[in-house]
Amino acid sequence: MSSRPANILPGFGLSFGYASLYMSLLVLIPLAGLGLKTSNLSWDQFRNTITNPHVMAAYKLSFSAALAAALLNGVFGTVIAWTLVRYRFPGRKFFDAIIDLPFAMPTAVAGLTFGDLYGYVPLLARTADAQPWTFEIYGLYGLDVRDWCRVTVMLTFVGLPYVIRSIQPILQDWDMETEQAAMSLGAGPATIMRRLIAPEIWPAWISGVALAFARGVGEYGSIIFIASNIPGLSQIAPQLILDRIYDPIDPEKKIAAATAIAVVMLIVSLIVLLLLNGLDYLSRRHRA
Amino acid sequence: MSAPAPVVIAPTDASVLPAHLRHPTAAIGKWIGVSFTVLFLTAMIILPAANIFRQAFGISWESLRSPSQLVEDVKAGVPRYFQVFRMPEQDSSTMARPERRKYQSARAQAEKTRSAIGMTLGIAAIVVPLNLLFGLAAAWAVTKFRFRGRTLFVSLIDLPFAVSPVVAGLIFVLLMGRVGFCGDWATKISWPVPTSLEWQGFAQSWIPLGFSNWQRGIIFTPFAIALASIFVTFPFIARALIPLMQNQGTEQEQAALTLGAGGWRMFFKVTLPQIKWALLYGTILCLARCVGEFGAVSVVSGSTDPNDTMPLRIEKLWQEYNTQAAFSVASLLAVVSVMTLLLKIVIEKRAAAQFSDKKQEAQ
Repeated sequence: MSSRPANILPGFGLSFGYASLYMSLLVLIPLAGLGLKTSNLSWDQFRNTITNPHVMAAYKLSFSAALAAALLNGVFGTVIAWTLVRYRFPGRKFFDAIIDLPFAMPTAVAGLTFGDLYGYVPLLARTADAQPWTFEIYGLYGLDVRDWCRVTVMLTFVGLPYVIRSIQPILQDWDMETEQAAMSLGAGPATIMRRLIAPEIWPAWISGVALAFARGVGEYGSIIFIASNIPGLSQIAPQLILDRIYDPIDPEKKIAAATAIAVVMLIVSLIVLLLLNGLDYLSRRHRA
Repeated sequence: MSAPAPVVIAPTDASVLPAHLRHPTAAIGKWIGVSFTVLFLTAMIILPAANIFRQAFGISWESLRSPSQLVEDVKAGVPRYFQVFRMPEQDSSTMARPERRKYQSARAQAEKTRSAIGMTLGIAAIVVPLNLLFGLAAAWAVTKFRFRGRTLFVSLIDLPFAVSPVVAGLIFVLLMGRVGFCGDWATKISWPVPTSLEWQGFAQSWIPLGFSNWQRGIIFTPFAIALASIFVTFPFIARALIPLMQNQGTEQEQAALTLGAGGWRMFFKVTLPQIKWALLYGTILCLARCVGEFGAVSVVSGSTDPNDTMPLRIEKLWQEYNTQAAFSVASLLAVVSVMTLLLKIVIEKRAAAQFSDKKQEAQ
């Protein structure tokens, strides 16, 4: 990396000017519109929109299922990454390669095939019951259990690569000699895990889980194919935004409501990503 | 300068450890880990992916047990698969009325599906080159120069990753919808449809080329679909380029300049060959995401048939209980995503080879 004071390379004005113009026009100005629209809302309007029971239920479903899926991915992803790095077995390269498929596959296609394939598994099955099976526990009260499970399975698929791809490089670069030294000094696998490997991978692990969570909160394309999308029971927040936008009655008010719902989602994802950057900074300082 | 980590996997295998260092539980750990990985990835990735093609070709579950059923299913399924995209010409005047209805509706459906494919390709043809230019410009500015606010600029590039696709669509509705900030202007503006460019002769004006099809408004037209797609896919190419160009530094470009090359010549002869694989990879990711984008596009498309892209068409077919057709369209997108994966593997190999060549040269 050059740190020369005088840079003789050409094209800074052109490239920076073009890139910032493009980004401002297509990303920053539209996003600023979201903030402007929100600031036009009065506090009461904002609060009334957010505390609407359907909106609350949608948030509960979106956030809890995304969190559950991210944690599931945290556990499963660690096992898979460990297996792929540490053990040799036939088909290892193949399994390693297909982990990226959730990144490459359109979410609508994933939702379509998951709904078709797992629509008949007992816990995930669609039923024609008049009485839905709802959660009785605090926090998720009133949400449909089957739909919650379906959404969680779908979000697990969507966030599958994040944890694996963030901890895999660390496990690969891991120096086995430290471990052998620990072993010869009498440390068992549990001690090695806890004292050697866990401290090394946890920042990457948390960042993988957080990315999977942020992705899951905003996921829309796959969910609408597998959830029943009943307001207050099994509807995710992005679906609610779409419903508000396409509502023909009183569009101005409905779009304002959609904005309020979206702003909360955006703030949560931004907080998660900011925390992530802070964590990254801390761990880098810790290492240096 | 620190060298980038090679992409090839270093052989660190617990089963390669000498026997006296191996823990007695290692074999159990391997057995559990491998069986879990194989089962989990099969259930979450391989089966769903295979299921797309099973449904697209109308292969029933029973045919897994009897080969004769499989042959029958495939024989019936393959022509039906192609009929989703193009219904063969038939003389419908001699048909009985219910059959004619059925035939005509199948034809209309196939036409809509084809138009959705065309729309997806057209949007990608506009979005990917624009994002490519942006990615190159942003990566060049960020990696070859130091300036105030550089870190902020880099993190702003990542911003669309934090935004839900539906919110990405919503912000364009807020900006240019009927009740949006620029609503008055944006609902009245007319723009030419790029595919309608044609030779019109010199009768009307001194420019012989002109557009025969103009559309009005932005939201709920393909214009908005392109805008939303740009928003969602624009970090990919810049993200693929920045780490690589950061590692390459500026020495080679400076050498080219001192040897008398011009700016563009330096870019095409020195910079571009170095970043070509990363650029290709970023472009492919951008293309795959653009082709498969659903949330943002479904907000701004207005759900009218002419505005359908392939994912939106899949949803419509699925809502019409036309499962086989929905899966047939989905199979095309699945092929695109599998191709993306394959290309990624090839590109990583090429990049690793390029990297090791350089290392040998350095030695």
